[in-house]
Parts: sequence; structure tokens; C-alpha cells
Amino acid sequence: MDFGDAPEEAEFRHRLRTWLDVHNPGLPASSTDDEYWSGQAAWHQSLYDGGFFGVTWQTSIGGQGLPSVYDVIVDDELAAAGAPPRPSLGYLVEGILEHADDDVQARFLPGIVNGRDRWCQGFSEPDAGSDLASLRTRADRDGDEFVITGHKVWTSYSDDAEWCLVLARTDHEVARHKGISAFALPMRQSGVEQRPLPMINGITKEFGEVLFDGARVPAANMIGRSGEGWPLAMTIVSHEREPHELGYAGRYAKQVKDLVARVSADTGGYRAEQVRDLAWAIVESEMLGLHVRRRLSDRLDGIVHGPEGSVDKLLMTWTEQAVGHAALSIGGARATGPDDTLLKVYLYSRAQSVMGGTSQIQRNLVASRILGLPAS
Amino acid sequence: MDVRLTSEQQALRYSVAQVVDRLGPGTVRDLDDGERAAKLDAAVDASGWRELRVPLEGRAPLASGVETAVVAEELGRGLADTPFLGPTLAAELRRLAGAPPAGTNETVAFTGSLAAAAVVGPGAPPGTIAPDARGATAALVLVPHGSGHALASVPLGPTRPGTDLTRPGAVVEPGPAVPVELPDSRPLADDDLSTWTALGLSLDCADLVGVMRGAVDLAVGYACARRQFDRPIGSFQAVQHLLADAFVLMEGSRSVALHAAWSVDALEPGDALAAAAVAKAYCARAARTVCETAIQVHGGIGNTWECLAHVFLRRALLSTDVLGGVGTSLDRVVAHHGIGGDRGLR
Repeated sequence: MDFGDAPEEAEFRHRLRTWLDVHNPGLPASSTDDEYWSGQAAWHQSLYDGGFFGVTWQTSIGGQGLPSVYDVIVDDELAAAGAPPRPSLGYLVEGILEHADDDVQARFLPGIVNGRDRWCQGFSEPDAGSDLASLRTRADRDGDEFVITGHKVWTSYSDDAEWCLVLARTDHEVARHKGISAFALPMRQSGVEQRPLPMINGITKEFGEVLFDGARVPAANMIGRSGEGWPLAMTIVSHEREPHELGYAGRYAKQVKDLVARVSADTGGYRAEQVRDLAWAIVESEMLGLHVRRRLSDRLDGIVHGPEGSVDKLLMTWTEQAVGHAALSIGGARATGPDDTLLKVYLYSRAQSVMGGTSQIQRNLVASRILGLPAS
Repeated sequence: MDVRLTSEQQALRYSVAQVVDRLGPGTVRDLDDGERAAKLDAAVDASGWRELRVPLEGRAPLASGVETAVVAEELGRGLADTPFLGPTLAAELRRLAGAPPAGTNETVAFTGSLAAAAVVGPGAPPGTIAPDARGATAALVLVPHGSGHALASVPLGPTRPGTDLTRPGAVVEPGPAVPVELPDSRPLADDDLSTWTALGLSLDCADLVGVMRGAVDLAVGYACARRQFDRPIGSFQAVQHLLADAFVLMEGSRSVALHAAWSVDALEPGDALAAAAVAKAYCARAARTVCETAIQVHGGIGNTWECLAHVFLRRALLSTDVLGGVGTSLDRVVAHHGIGGDRGLR
């Protein structure tokens, strides 16, 4: 057992560190500033072109075929350099890899991985949140196309996206889980209306709702078979629960590093309970980074993701919310001056126990699928 | 980077699990079965697990912090009422000081709060106690020596029942501390004590992870068996969520505990101690919650002496106190990151 770098891992780490000396874009913190999203696409492309994004995926889609633990090194070094975290889209790639045919994979995956195409995910609806299978958006066949009608919400990056992975009902006669299909839908067309949803911390660029009114998608853009939308969605959300798929261990490490820098510059200026709140954020953030190392090492056995994604999602949530509480404690509820970043970090952290499946849903899954507790 | 246990480490874990499952206490009443406890003690004695930190050649230990933690975790899971932490830490002190192995069963004496090894002048101060002292007749203490510390041995009284029903402690008897001969006259430096403390905290964390596993297993089993309102209580979402949280806390704890154990021999002493402090803060907080959950899920039974849930909690409380619990560990984190000014430096 070894938490340290093998020689080739150390070489990769060194190369990334050197690259970051020149290429760190100095973006504001993610999810606290609309400026972040305007620079995010360029950052994704730059990181990819440098050879440091998507490195663990197969070469056929633009990856480098490296073991999963290399993503840990990327997260470590991005955080240490104060650079933005890795773009969070691994779950889309994993879902398409597992369910789509070769043609769909070849057409879409390279653009997702290299950052040239921007994607969003049209899953939740106003009346289909935790109970996703009750979704009502419909896809009606019309020649070589499907016509999409419906309303999606909590759609991250919808304003920026050229493509939407949308779930829609193609069969109204079968059981509700079986009548759903998935499509790669072009967003830039009449029949698609995107509206921003300002979040409680005031950012407007990250979150949106999308109305489909006669939007058209080629039948050849169906991802997986007709009726395979539900298992595809489950693949995606299970990966969406994994901190390493999101690069979030690095995101929290960066936030903690910023807080530590602020407090260590003025140790007399903070009360004991503020320092204690920060110490807990350090502990939680380090825990998550180490936990990710353990999970990714397990994959060297060929163990694929399963219900333990719910364990990781809860750990990730507790970490983000401990970091959020430290940010609130250190920054105070009343922002001093124009910089209210720490308050925004705190407010954004409340979303983590909802997005990608609520903490209550994750607990249900841990109880039934890991602990084997009887059905309620 | 590959943080899986090696096949040898997995085999070791399996061996320890077999011994504790066969000879460990399965019920509270089993704790009074001296014949069983003697068999467990003999099996652990024969295994050599208490000698993992004895030097193999030169100063390097026979096994790393990881193997030592693997043993500690399984002993904790099985509530093994046989000494491990005390003798292992005594062997580590002797290894770091270059002293010969002890001739008799030996443990380590701590300050009354258990947060640090006892440092004595001519004799041990009142209140100096040795946890995990079953079978031990003497305990090591530190004696100031130049800029570092030498070792001395103090006699122990009989063990007394304490918080932890599986690992009784003993009070240090009044009397002089007998210096331990250090052949190369090399006192323990601060770095040595950081390594020693890092090992001790790592073993505490491993024990806490084991205790959490045992407590969750116990509570899940009960939640499946116990019926109310014509259904198992484990089918109620309120109970399920308590147990899910407990399981998740245990998993996070295992990740930090493994890293702490690896750090003991792989990182510089100061960094190993910082890793151990992070792990101890996380594991100690988690273990109390998990053990309290186990009691809650058992309802009224959980508050009776005959239910094993409190034996897990009591063991967790001792492992928490040895070398400092949540507060002490957070202070170490604060000091390591330089965010407390003078405040965190304790």
C-alpha cells in the first residue's frame, strides 16, 4: 500500500506543476462569480491541450488511457497552484461510453472531452425531481427526427451549452421507467428557450431552465436504444455522485488553501471558534482527498462503480458544507467591502446536499443497497 | 499510488479476524470468561503481532505502520480483550531509543489525561496511569535527558476496571523509575517522539475504525431482527438514515486512518504527526457518533449492560483519549497549518 507517487506519476506531477506556472488562468472561484463561467471553456481547452484533462479515458475519445489515480494528481496540483478545478463532466462521458453505440460515441465524445463542445444535462423537471422517472417531457417521432416538448429545470450550464443530453418519454404505453429515451439535442435552434435561474448566492450563469417547444433532434442522435434512457440516467447520476468524476476534492482543497492563507496572514484577527471551524474544514477536505485515492485504487482491481457512489456523495457533501461553514465563519455573514466571495461559497454549499440526488436519497441507497436493510 | 492492501496485508487481516471471531467476546457475559480470554491472549502471543514494531535489523521495524494498523483494526472490531496498543507502543519506544526488547510484558504510562506519555523526574507523579495494562508488570516512561528524553521503567499495580471493559489500565506504583540502558546513549529526539505519537494515533484510529465496523454490524443486525408495528425496525427510513450515516462516517474514517498508518514510516516525522492528527480528529468524532447510533438503534436494550453496544462505545472512548482526542488533534492541525498564532500550539 502506497499513497506516494510511482516514478512515472511523479514525472507527470512535475510536468503539470511546470505547466501550471505558465497556464494558470487566475479565474475567480468557481460557482461564486459569473466571470468564472465566461472563462471556463477556454480553461477546459487549455487544460486538455496541455495534456492534463481526461487523461484516464481511452485514447479513442481523446484520453490517454492512464490509470484513474492520475486524476488525483491533477486535482492535487490544480489546488496547490490555486488554479480552477477540473471541468466537471466525467459523468456524461461515462454514461455515453456505457450506453451509446460506436457511431454516437465517435461523433460526440471527443468534443466533450477536448472541451470544444459544451454540454448540459436535461433530466429534472418541475414535477420530476427525486422521482425522476415521473418525467413528462415527450419525444414524438417525425420521420428521421424526434420532436421534443417539455420543461427541464436545474439544468447546469444551459446558457453556455451547444448540446443537451435530454431525457424524454418515447413510449407512453409501458411502465414509466421503460418508456424513457435519451438524445443528444442541439441547443441552438428555435424551439429551445433557455432561461437563467439565479442561485441563492446570486450567480446567474450556472443554473438554468430549458423549455422545449417543438425542438427537433435527429433519430440518429438517440443515445442507447429506445427505452434505455432510465439505465443511462442511473449510470450518469451514479457517476455524478463521485467526487473524483467531478474534480471536487481539488475544488475544496483550493477553497481551504485560500482560507488558510487569509487566516495565517492575521492570526490575531480571528477568534478560537473561527480557527476551529477552519480546522474542521481542513480535516474534512483532507479526508475527501484521501478517500478518493482509496476509491480510485480499488478500481485497479477492475471494481466498477456501484452503490458506494452514494457513500462518496455524502462524504463530499459533508466536506463541502464544512468548507462552507468555515467560509461563513471566517468571512462573516456581513460582507466587508465589495468582496462577498466567502458568503457566496457558503450559500452555494447548500446545493451540494441536493444536486445529483439529495442526501436523503443517498441514505436510502446506502441503507438498501449496502447495508441490506429491509424495504420500507 | 496504490492504496490497496497488499495480498500479505489482506492475509494478515484475515488471520487476525479469524482469531478474534473465534476467541473474542461475543457477548458481554463472555468478558467474564477468563478461560476464553486466556486462550485469546495465548493466540495473540503466539502470533507475534505485538512484536511488529520490534527492530528487524538496525532500527527498521519488522513491519510498517500499515500492518500494525491492520491488526489494531481487527482487534477493535472484535472487542479483543488482550493487550496490543500498550505493548506495541512500548516496543516502538524501545526501537526508537535503540534499547533492547523488554524481558517482561510491558506497556507505556501516560499522564492522567492520557494525552501524552508520562514524563517523570525521580519518580512518577501521582495519577500516572498505564492504559491497556493487562498482563504487564512494568511501564515505560520518559525521563528528560539533555535536549531529549531517555527511557525508564516504572512498576505497575494490579489492573483496575476502567471505562474500557476490554482493556483495563493500571496505576503506576510509587517508587523510583529504573533507567533503561540505551547502548548507544542516544536519547529520544523530538522527531522520535513525533514518530512515536504518529504511530500511537494511527493505532487509535485503526482501533476506532474497527470499533465502528463492529458497532455498525451489531446495530444493522438488530435492526433487521427487531420487529415493531409488524415490521423490522430497519425498514423505517428514520432508522435507515441513522445507520447509513454511521456507515458513511466509518468509510471516511477508514480512508484517513489508512493514510495515517502509511505516513508513520513513509513521511517525515512532523508530516506523519500532522496526518495522524487529521485522522484522529475525524475518527474520534465519527466513532462517538457511530457508537451512540448503535445504542440508539437498540432502544431500551441498548441502554442495558448486557448489550454489547456500550462495550464498543467504551472502547472508542479509551482509544479517543490515548494521545489526545478531538480537541488536542484539532490543535495539532491548527499548529501545522499556522492558523492559530500561539493559540494552537499545545
